[in-house]
Amino acid sequence: MIRIVVASGKGGTGKTTIATSLALAARLPTRLMDCDVEAPNAMLFLAPTLDDTKDVGILIPTFNEDRCTYCGLCAQVCEFHAIAVVGKKLLFFPELCHGCGSCGLVCPTGAITEKLDVMGGLTHGQATLTLSGTSLEFSQGTMNVGEPMAVPIIRELKKWTAYSPVDLEIRDAPPGASCPVVESIRGADYVVLVTEPTPFGLHDLKQVAQLAKELALPAGVIINRDGIGDEAVAEYCAESGLPILGRVPMERRFAEAIASGKTLVEAAPEYLPVFENILERISEQVGR
Amino acid sequence: MKVAISITGSQLDSPFDARFGRVGTFCLVDSESGEWSAHDNLAVSASGGAGVLAAQFIAGLGAQAVISGAYGPKAYDTLSPAGVKMFLGPTEESLTARQVLELFNEEKLAEANGSTHAGYHGGNH
Repeated sequence: MIRIVVASGKGGTGKTTIATSLALAARLPTRLMDCDVEAPNAMLFLAPTLDDTKDVGILIPTFNEDRCTYCGLCAQVCEFHAIAVVGKKLLFFPELCHGCGSCGLVCPTGAITEKLDVMGGLTHGQATLTLSGTSLEFSQGTMNVGEPMAVPIIRELKKWTAYSPVDLEIRDAPPGASCPVVESIRGADYVVLVTEPTPFGLHDLKQVAQLAKELALPAGVIINRDGIGDEAVAEYCAESGLPILGRVPMERRFAEAIASGKTLVEAAPEYLPVFENILERISEQVGR
Repeated sequence: MKVAISITGSQLDSPFDARFGRVGTFCLVDSESGEWSAHDNLAVSASGGAGVLAAQFIAGLGAQAVISGAYGPKAYDTLSPAGVKMFLGPTEESLTARQVLELFNEEKLAEANGSTHAGYHGGNH
């Protein structure tokens, strides 16, 4: 199986546009995974028939104070200072807890048990087929309003693959270059960097390109809204050895199609070969 | 009474620092005898939960009161059950820990009756 992540740094560069078109252009059984759990929107384009949901989160401690001796070991081991023991008082701040489980491991009296703290949900569905007629699975994570951490939801989403097996996985990453993006990229085979040819696009492209490099993953660039801005992105790609996989020009009809919920390859079928070529090229490079 | 004062430096004449969780040092003073010692704040480089850690730290030092400029909700919730009274030092003027202690001894400092701000934790880890 080949796992491709579509990331960009800057928001609104066209990650979902590219990810959904790559998925539809696939000639293999494919899964599109929307990892932008704070604002998933790939579903709007693929219109899957939803068939399963699941609550996810992290395991947080619950304390049996009858057993607690207030030794404070749990508070000492907590890297995130989510537990405080002061005198004969034990305090727990769930919003600081990362669910590592260390407190339960060090508790000498077995006063700590774990329970699921629900942070969001996963949704699975079957989209209509790819343009070549192979199956297209869909899954996404959704973070509950007010939750501070997206990573545990993305981690669970990546694990939630117990459906019909696929040969290609396309992950639509969140914007930015912080932990949720790292988690989306981790374990993938290739990173498609979507950018726009502007100083802002370039600035963020550099950050995510660096991430891919740190994670030792091959990457290539798709320039979206080509024709605006300047040539600095192309110059940067040449200097840093990043291949330009394709260019999608700035055209009003694309914006109109996307605003009405259509994917790029459906609105402009002449671009289908571009996406097919990109998939072939990646497949050759990662050698599967 | 043992009072912890948040300071920048390591002396009783070091400047009062209004930060609580991430202040560099706490000066622990015995308000009756005047004996003092300086303690590096363990929480200064904590990735999160600095208020919780600093609160446990000064409670562990045996402080019965603390003087700082502001207390977040988790610091307040940790200091309250630990029996550490929270006082608000003057943030408008630059004073040394010694001058702040004098104001405390003259009962001129207000006690914080709740957290003074909403906390800084909004992380996306």
